[in-house]
Amino acid sequence: MGQLLVVEGVCKRYGAEEVLCGVSFSLEKGETKVIIGPSGTGKSTLLRCINRLTEPDRGRVWLEGMEVTAPHANINKIRSQIGFVFQDFNLFTHLTALDNVRLGLLKVKKMGRKEATERAQAELARVGLAGKADAYPAQLSGGQQQRVSIARALAMDPKLILFDEPTSALDPELIGEVLGVMVKLAHEGMTMLVVTHEMGFARSVADEIVFMERGVIVEQGPPEKLFRAPAHPRTAEFLRKISELYGEAA
Amino acid sequence: MTVESWIQVWYALPVLLRGLLVNLELLLGLLALGLVVGMAVALVEVYAPRPVAAAAVAYEWFFRGVPELVLLFLFYFGPDQFGVQISAFTAAVLALGFRSSAYQSQIFRGAIQAIPAGQMLAARSLGMGRLRAIWHVVLPQALRLSLAGWSNEFSSVLKDTTLAYGIGVVEVMRQARYLTARNFRLALPAFIAVAFLFLILTYLGNWTIGLVERRLRIPGLEVRR
Amino acid sequence: MGLDWAWLPQLAHGLKITMELTAACMAMGAALGIVLALLRVYARGPFLPLFWLASAYVQFFRGTPLLVQLMIIHFGLPSVGIRFTPFLSGLIAMGLNTAAYQAEYFRGAIQAVKAGQMLAARSLGMTRVAAIRHVVLPQALRLALPPWSNELIYMLKYSTIVYMIGVMDLMGVARTIAARNFRFLELFSLAAVIYLGIVLLLTFALRWVERRIRVPGLGSAGRG
Repeated sequence: MGQLLVVEGVCKRYGAEEVLCGVSFSLEKGETKVIIGPSGTGKSTLLRCINRLTEPDRGRVWLEGMEVTAPHANINKIRSQIGFVFQDFNLFTHLTALDNVRLGLLKVKKMGRKEATERAQAELARVGLAGKADAYPAQLSGGQQQRVSIARALAMDPKLILFDEPTSALDPELIGEVLGVMVKLAHEGMTMLVVTHEMGFARSVADEIVFMERGVIVEQGPPEKLFRAPAHPRTAEFLRKISELYGEAA
Repeated sequence: MTVESWIQVWYALPVLLRGLLVNLELLLGLLALGLVVGMAVALVEVYAPRPVAAAAVAYEWFFRGVPELVLLFLFYFGPDQFGVQISAFTAAVLALGFRSSAYQSQIFRGAIQAIPAGQMLAARSLGMGRLRAIWHVVLPQALRLSLAGWSNEFSSVLKDTTLAYGIGVVEVMRQARYLTARNFRLALPAFIAVAFLFLILTYLGNWTIGLVERRLRIPGLEVRR
Repeated sequence: MGLDWAWLPQLAHGLKITMELTAACMAMGAALGIVLALLRVYARGPFLPLFWLASAYVQFFRGTPLLVQLMIIHFGLPSVGIRFTPFLSGLIAMGLNTAAYQAEYFRGAIQAVKAGQMLAARSLGMTRVAAIRHVVLPQALRLALPPWSNELIYMLKYSTIVYMIGVMDLMGVARTIAARNFRFLELFSLAAVIYLGIVLLLTFALRWVERRIRVPGLGSAGRG
């Protein structure tokens, strides 16, 4: 069983609206998978269903053969092994950058103070923010905040990291620094599942692209195939629209 | 009102201050009780399942709707009816404390609800349990946001400690009454003196809370009004 | 539980006194409070001393206990030859006290009215006073209603202190009956229920008024 993450038939509805219906895919260790698709098609919900920040109505999720969706699964322990990077960062407002990275180590992993501090400093250095350890989130730019939040996820030694539109809340000039960190992580062999509209990133880094629309996976495949010769007309139309919007040729 | 009566009150100042000390003890007791119970009520209102939360809301509504003096009498004479003797001071701490808890819970609840939901999500995504996330992430922020409202509540209950006079606690008003019972000409200077003592305490208290607020201030976590 | 129905008429009479006292002190507080608020916002230049006076008034009455104010008026003033009946002492103390709090609510509301409103009124040729009266105040009073409602309920509850100078309000009646029959728990429970009922009624009534006078686009500036 070589799959790190297996998602099978996940469904979620809010009231009458079916946000996800029967989504299945899997992720190998070291793989970077990018989910694209129009806004409001359940991509973020899908990510949240994977670590059950949102409880799926149906379907199952496995992480390294352990069922995440099992009724008695230790969800907190599982979540500590799945990094999550939010669109709006969600850095803890009352804590410095260092403390943001350190909190999970101290309180979830029960690491000693000295060790946690060293680890947190190392992770901040890894995202290029060694000098900002004492800054509060409000004193950092959006790009810096998102890098701290990536460091916070990395410090937990996650088996994979889920990125929920990590650059959507950023000013255009700040997007590059965050993508830079993500590219580096991908090359270092981190397993990543990324929801994004950054087609450049998707094309150059993703091992596989998943195109979702209206709660279902329309098509998936390697970027060269999906971008060059999409099998489904909906995919083609989406790619055309997004290239108009972002000025990037698909 | 003669100069002589002012001088007499000046010499009686230690007696008034001794009474004021009782007000301060009361204040400390009721604020502590109000803080602990108020925080618990707020947490229950925000996080507990519906029926339990509704009970907390009813509790809050009761203690906010009944006049303090009625509460004081209920707490003072109520236990007596069941054969439990309770000192006037204890009754005052309980009555004013529970009342304050109802107001404090409102302050805390507002602050907790002002914390963006993403903070909880981020904490849970790291693998923190609900309680741990509340303790390490929500409460430290909510308490800071509460300080402004809490300082209002402080000035309000500081003055309300005088109501304990009604059930016979020998606090500053009672001492002033003793003083004026002997000589009614002392009434005006004595009560004016008490008024100024409270002005001083109000200023000192708000100044201290302001200091704490500045010490605990964190960029990006200002009170949003 | 020995509740004697014969108590009810007495309690009802006490309730009437409570309501009269509350209503009168709120009216007095509103009149004085609006004046204080206007002075705090607009008294500048040659009128600056009035601003100081109004500020000192607000500081004093908000910084000292209502009970102390009541005692000064009822027991202190007679030594300089000024005497009131207990009811009047209670009314004056409560009215002066709530005026200081109401002044703050009105001030907040006046300052919440956008500066452009005053400019627009002046551009029509209105005098400053006319602009305040016809443009600023009608908006500010609406904005001040939610905190004012809270204040009304506060004063209803605080009116209980007048029993201490011998006014037979609801509290005074309840206490007298309780002491005479040694029925403290019953009487004060009953009083609590009555006060809660009135609070509930007032809350609904004031919400209704708020809805009635609401103007689209004019948000509430209540500070709870």
